[in-house]
Amino acid sequence: MLAVYIVRRILWSIPFFFAASLVAFALIQAPPGDYITSFAASLAASGDIVDADRLEALRTRYGLDQPFIVQYWRWITGVIQGDFGISFEWQQPVSQLIWERMGLSLALAFGTLTFTWAVALPLGIFSAVKKYTIGDYLMTTIGFIGLATPNFLIALVMMYIAVVYFGADVSGLFSPEYQQAPWSFARFVDLLKHIWLPIAVLGLSATASLMRIMRANLLDELQKPYVTTARAKGLSEFRLLMKYPVRIALNPFVSTIGWAFPQLVSGAVITAVVLSLPTAGPLMLQALLAQDMYLAGAFILLLCCLSIVGMLVSDILLALVDPRIRFR
Amino acid sequence: MAVADATSGKDEQELQLASQWRLMWWAFRRHKLAVVGGTIVLLFYFIALFCEFLSPFDPESTGARDVYHPPQMLRLIYEKEDGGWGFGPHVRAMTQKRDPFTLETTFEPDPGNLIFISFLAKGTPYKLWGIIPLERRLFTASKVGEKFFLLGADRLGRDMLSRILYGARVSMTIGLVGVAISLTLGITLGGVSGYFGGRVDAIIQRLVELILALPTIPIWLGLSASLPQDWSPLTRYFAITAILSLVGWTELARVVRGRFLALRTEDFVVAARLDGASRARVIGRHMAPAMASHIIASVTLAIPLMIIAETSLSFLGLGLQPPLISWGVLLREAQNVQSIAQAPWLFIPGIAVVVAVLSLNFLGDGMRDAADPYAQGQSA
Repeated sequence: MLAVYIVRRILWSIPFFFAASLVAFALIQAPPGDYITSFAASLAASGDIVDADRLEALRTRYGLDQPFIVQYWRWITGVIQGDFGISFEWQQPVSQLIWERMGLSLALAFGTLTFTWAVALPLGIFSAVKKYTIGDYLMTTIGFIGLATPNFLIALVMMYIAVVYFGADVSGLFSPEYQQAPWSFARFVDLLKHIWLPIAVLGLSATASLMRIMRANLLDELQKPYVTTARAKGLSEFRLLMKYPVRIALNPFVSTIGWAFPQLVSGAVITAVVLSLPTAGPLMLQALLAQDMYLAGAFILLLCCLSIVGMLVSDILLALVDPRIRFR
Repeated sequence: MAVADATSGKDEQELQLASQWRLMWWAFRRHKLAVVGGTIVLLFYFIALFCEFLSPFDPESTGARDVYHPPQMLRLIYEKEDGGWGFGPHVRAMTQKRDPFTLETTFEPDPGNLIFISFLAKGTPYKLWGIIPLERRLFTASKVGEKFFLLGADRLGRDMLSRILYGARVSMTIGLVGVAISLTLGITLGGVSGYFGGRVDAIIQRLVELILALPTIPIWLGLSASLPQDWSPLTRYFAITAILSLVGWTELARVVRGRFLALRTEDFVVAARLDGASRARVIGRHMAPAMASHIIASVTLAIPLMIIAETSLSFLGLGLQPPLISWGVLLREAQNVQSIAQAPWLFIPGIAVVVAVLSLNFLGDGMRDAADPYAQGQSA
């Protein structure tokens, strides 16, 4: 039964991938004009002579004069074979540009997720057990503020504090000497020295909401009779807490792993721009603004795919945890 | 018992006669944070409505001598020239000094030079709502031509306080307009989906799932980047709102559909249908009122998301553009470390965003609890 459900769910996501790729392509096609138009504008701005014939030739070479559906077909067949087209601005194949940045984005999201879980769950449990104490109120307040503050604002405040009080520049993920260097152990250590700040910034609002949910879930459980029974039987308070109510309160979180991860990757875009991180976000923004369509399209498509896979993983995990769903 | 608990202090008879809305109001009033949040939200919308009258100066008037003018403290008691004490709101003037070698500018207090503030005084003329020409402002400098900066000045010497007050208009309404659009979409599609069920429901649900599966921020960025740069600020305002609600309606559609499905089989709805009421009457007279409170609460919780989204987009330069003033546009000035290190007061619009979002969240939470007949008594 479970296998049938999983197979059906996987088959269902195929039309989703198709629709998402259409959306991604429509998005990068949507701006009026194309890269050649903005290329011509930048040539004209720098005083070069714009040769209409040459522009037309470029357009034909890149297939930009073809109708939408033809361009889409060319693009998507390439993508399936791993060829994302070429970036007009960088004059390089897109696949060479994106992977390191996507990799760093994923590493950042993974770090943030770990941080969030490691911080939010204990704090949520504490806040539920010590309900209405100063600690609980303090955490509730921090939680609400964390939820209400846009991430980029926190990033700005952090940068301000670092510059004014510590005289340090906290933007980026690498020190200058490692920026272009190939991967090595020293570079990795350097990455660890820089990555904690973006992780903390990105993790704050997620931590806040996770903590609230954990607190609410656990509060519901703590009132149940089985807790009283266990306590009456003389189980120590800590074992009692960890063994039953916390495990049940954790259940809803299992299903959130799937979508929390892609959400973190795409949610980091704005913060990454502020902190000038070498992740996917800033390059995608730049590509969107320059109408570098294949580069922008590759990022949008990858982020969409990540979300769809995340939803898939969520649904499967949920079906594993909750038998009622499989039989629907 | 739960209801009696939520509305303690009311006698039994009053409680039994009270309408559903009155019960909700009583439950809401017990929620202190929600009441505070609601008051602040009302205040912000009041500011948005009358920002021209409330702001001391024209938000666009620049001053070369006031570039990054630091905030001045509002003082009440001053020393008169004859040695006596006087009472009146004023600030101490500051003058710009330029270091002859580094060309760095600093502001130094100019003792003895006071700028007085008067209430309902005539300032630079303006048009309320762009129609009614007026001259008086709630408070402004007593002498025409003098300026003071309670929250500092920006890169062009414009008064931050006035700009933040004007920003409230765009930032606070973009949430309302956006939510209105998502509400229309959400109620129509969610209602159709929930009422008819079957194939229509399946198609709409797949659409909602697809939109939910797409990553919000990249889609916003892509859509906003595709807006033509030469659109007028007002067109752009509506385009951005439409983009934000295009993604936001799905959540509301799910809420409405869920409520519709739950209500469809309720006894009173079945009774109305068996009584021969028309479909429109069943929806309009019986089902809609039962859902209204939930929808109002979801809407209140959707507004802050819109505000944050607008702020983020404008901050990146993809949202609203400068002649229009929103908090996000103002925060754009704080984009690089150099300017915020020199003028930390550029952060203040961010505080406005956080306060507005927090208040709306508290208000929405309170309304949701009050609207849920089963949650009463638990909410503290």
